[in-house]
Amino acid sequence: MHELSVAYHLVQLVTQLASQHGGGTVVALHVRLGVLCCVHREALEFCYELAAQGTCAENARLIIEEVPVEVYCSECQQQFQLQNIQKFSCPRCGKPTADIRRGKELELVSVELEDQDPLESKGDEEDSQTQQRVFS
Amino acid sequence: MSHVPRILEVRTKILKKNDELARQMRQEFLRLGVSVVNLVSSPGTGKTELLQRTLHVLLQRGFSVAAVVGDLETDNDARRLARSGAPVRQIQTHGCCHLEAHMVKQHLQGWNLSEISFLFIENIGNLVCPASWDLGESLRVALMSVTEGEDKPLKYPGLFNTADVVVITKTDLAQACEFDRQRALQNIRAVRPGVPVLETSARSGEGIPQWIEFLCQHHHRCHCSHLASARKS
Repeated sequence: MHELSVAYHLVQLVTQLASQHGGGTVVALHVRLGVLCCVHREALEFCYELAAQGTCAENARLIIEEVPVEVYCSECQQQFQLQNIQKFSCPRCGKPTADIRRGKELELVSVELEDQDPLESKGDEEDSQTQQRVFS
Repeated sequence: MSHVPRILEVRTKILKKNDELARQMRQEFLRLGVSVVNLVSSPGTGKTELLQRTLHVLLQRGFSVAAVVGDLETDNDARRLARSGAPVRQIQTHGCCHLEAHMVKQHLQGWNLSEISFLFIENIGNLVCPASWDLGESLRVALMSVTEGEDKPLKYPGLFNTADVVVITKTDLAQACEFDRQRALQNIRAVRPGVPVLETSARSGEGIPQWIEFLCQHHHRCHCSHLASARKS
């Protein structure tokens, strides 16, 4: 059940980000889970609720996108989605391939933050949609 | 008044903290000339037995070796391994199903790593969870025993897919278990094409010289390529 450890890492990451960006409440977080990342979706959802208790991300929606495995075939010079992760070979020509291009993701993609007390917001600028982009 | 949330686009690994520490550790191991081998398998595959034999043989060949061994409870494995004469430390995780980089780092304190050629990390017996955690190793070894069945790799493709080498253990029991060697090799290669496979019995000694040779070659490759790149820069 390493999903609990993963959830704690996730909550830590998200709460740090929130405080670095002026605080507020985390309303949603978007996560990408590759089929090969060895993290179970439902277990992560369950553990996230536990890990987020008492933090600014407590009631956040955890939006998970599952990423299928894609491999590159050097013979066909093309990337293919793998239907069967028990067989790492090109779906077109059958050549075995260990060149995995997608499907190992265990990523936090984005975080949606809302200001803590809307009544104390400072006017129009708070209503306009602001996007902060932080790449790391 | 509608509230449009601010969106922070992050695109970062969830285990970033662990990955960054593991990366630092790997660089440090490389600088000091330590080859770090992470042994991963289900419980009862024979990691400790193989490691016991490995430590013994490498010591005999004049290498300095050390090991940290993870278990939920007890220091039985560390005591067993310490009989080889190598420095060994037990990591007791008290319920945690995998090792993380910081646990390994903490248990290396006080060791002079520059005097160690091989550091073995015996992970918690588990074929799922350890896959996600980088421990700064230069070699990840997935083990499966002949008693576990040939389809282990198909059942746990995620973990076998992260392996740099697969070691089949307990080959002395292969006949009694009616182990289908060809099918096992086929299954390993289906989930991890091109991965080297070694077949060993720590009991009888079968395949141990090849395993030791593999480790020595790995050590040589890591260490020499590092020295070469250090000279260039």
